Amino acid sequence: MNENTIKKPSKVKSTLTTLLLFLLIWGSAYKTDSTFEELFTGIPEIISLLREMIPPDWAYFSYITPEVLITIQMALLGATFGAILAIPLSLLASSNIFVSPWIYQTARFILNFLRTIPDLLLAAIFVAIFGLGLIPGVLALTIFSLGIIAKLMYEFIETIDPGPLEAMTAVGANKIQWIAFGVIPQIAAQFAAYFLYTFEINIRAAAILGLVGAGGIGLYLDETLNFLEYQKTTSIILYTLVVIMVIDYITKKIREKLL
Amino acid sequence: MIEIKEATKVYSNGTVGLNKINTTINQGDFVVIVGRSGAGKSTLLRAINRLHDITDGEIVINGKSLTKANGKQLREMRRDIGMIFQNFNLIKRNTVLKNVLSGRVAYHSTMRTLLGLWPKADVDLAHDALNRVGIPDKAYVRADELSGGQQQRVSIARALAQEAKIILADEPVASLDPLTTRQVMDDLRRINQELGITMIVNLHFIDIAREYATRIIGLRDGELVFDGPVEDATDEMFTQIYEREIKKDELLGV
Repeated sequence: MNENTIKKPSKVKSTLTTLLLFLLIWGSAYKTDSTFEELFTGIPEIISLLREMIPPDWAYFSYITPEVLITIQMALLGATFGAILAIPLSLLASSNIFVSPWIYQTARFILNFLRTIPDLLLAAIFVAIFGLGLIPGVLALTIFSLGIIAKLMYEFIETIDPGPLEAMTAVGANKIQWIAFGVIPQIAAQFAAYFLYTFEINIRAAAILGLVGAGGIGLYLDETLNFLEYQKTTSIILYTLVVIMVIDYITKKIREKLL
Repeated sequence: MIEIKEATKVYSNGTVGLNKINTTINQGDFVVIVGRSGAGKSTLLRAINRLHDITDGEIVINGKSLTKANGKQLREMRRDIGMIFQNFNLIKRNTVLKNVLSGRVAYHSTMRTLLGLWPKADVDLAHDALNRVGIPDKAYVRADELSGGQQQRVSIARALAQEAKIILADEPVASLDPLTTRQVMDDLRRINQELGITMIVNLHFIDIAREYATRIIGLRDGELVFDGPVEDATDEMFTQIYEREIKKDELLGV
């Protein structure tokens, strides 16, 4: 009888995992000196800061409008340049387009490398090279967009229908014609959708690039915080929020139409 | 003329796809290749335009070795061989005309084809091809708006626009209903008779094979077990090729 009873699976593993997780969280808190006590004693300070932040400085909205527009332009330029560069790179990274592992693994390595660098760090590096202004911001967003679009694209390219590719091989097309007639029509709509998606992410990223001097609204965010003009900070946050929501909505609608 | 000499295909896992196939196909033949699934029909067909490479032996087309051709030579040889697939393999988002014109890419420079600057003669050729398969009015319709039978005719038109001398058809009617099957097979026969284009077709319907072929090639486990005019392909012969009685689903029966 006892031989037939199914043994309850051992709980040791899940218990140890939970324990380890708690240990890690506690260890991190200890090392960084963050305690719940501090959080609670900080509450009055948080409230007083929030009080200082409202109401927003309404007059400030029209003052920062040009800067908000520049931020959007930076995002758009970065997404465009990134998308253009992503076309060859994503094709090179697709194993069904270039069968040799030497080619697609190298392309993927470059992509992964680009993606590991945070956008703020990229911006800081470009500021160091080109000086303060919009150019480092646009360059940082270009690399940032390239990483996102190329990665999403090559994963999509690897799922396309191989049938038309076979048909193009059979008619005697060369590699470029093979890509132009067999691959591009299958990926164009998805590419446009990823471009819009990246543009939308870029707006968020562009809003803070100014913190390292790479242009856009982030510069004002930094300035108002330093001068303790919290009502102006609120205006910037609200403005950015509205712009992101509007662009989010528009790009989502266009993407739905595309696919 | 297609000369297949000792063609052998061994896959990397050791499976033998084709075993020393020897045969010669003359210009204007309507050849149907029959055999059970896995017998090597598709492998043999795809060896003729080198979508699959053979591992041993040689294939010679009109005196030129396909097996030894490389790069530009291979693309020029492929240009003369049209191919029709079970799943049509059209670019679904493009118009029918653009799909037909894609058969012309190997005739022009890369730049010209990328910009879509087709000579008027090519566009006329494409419209003629659509006319020949009976769908001239569909030229500007998106390919995915057509029915299966119509899509297969677009792919036939693509092979015609290619001015192919040989057309390979890999199970061209396997995803079509009985009525459209006949229409597509009639198209292939008409093209074969009127234009003298060699047809090499894989089929699994035996009655259709007998009706349309002038010559039957039978494959069993990668070996050529029958090769002769359709009159010689008796019921006993088919039983030998299939190693069993013919089943109902191997007959279209319409």
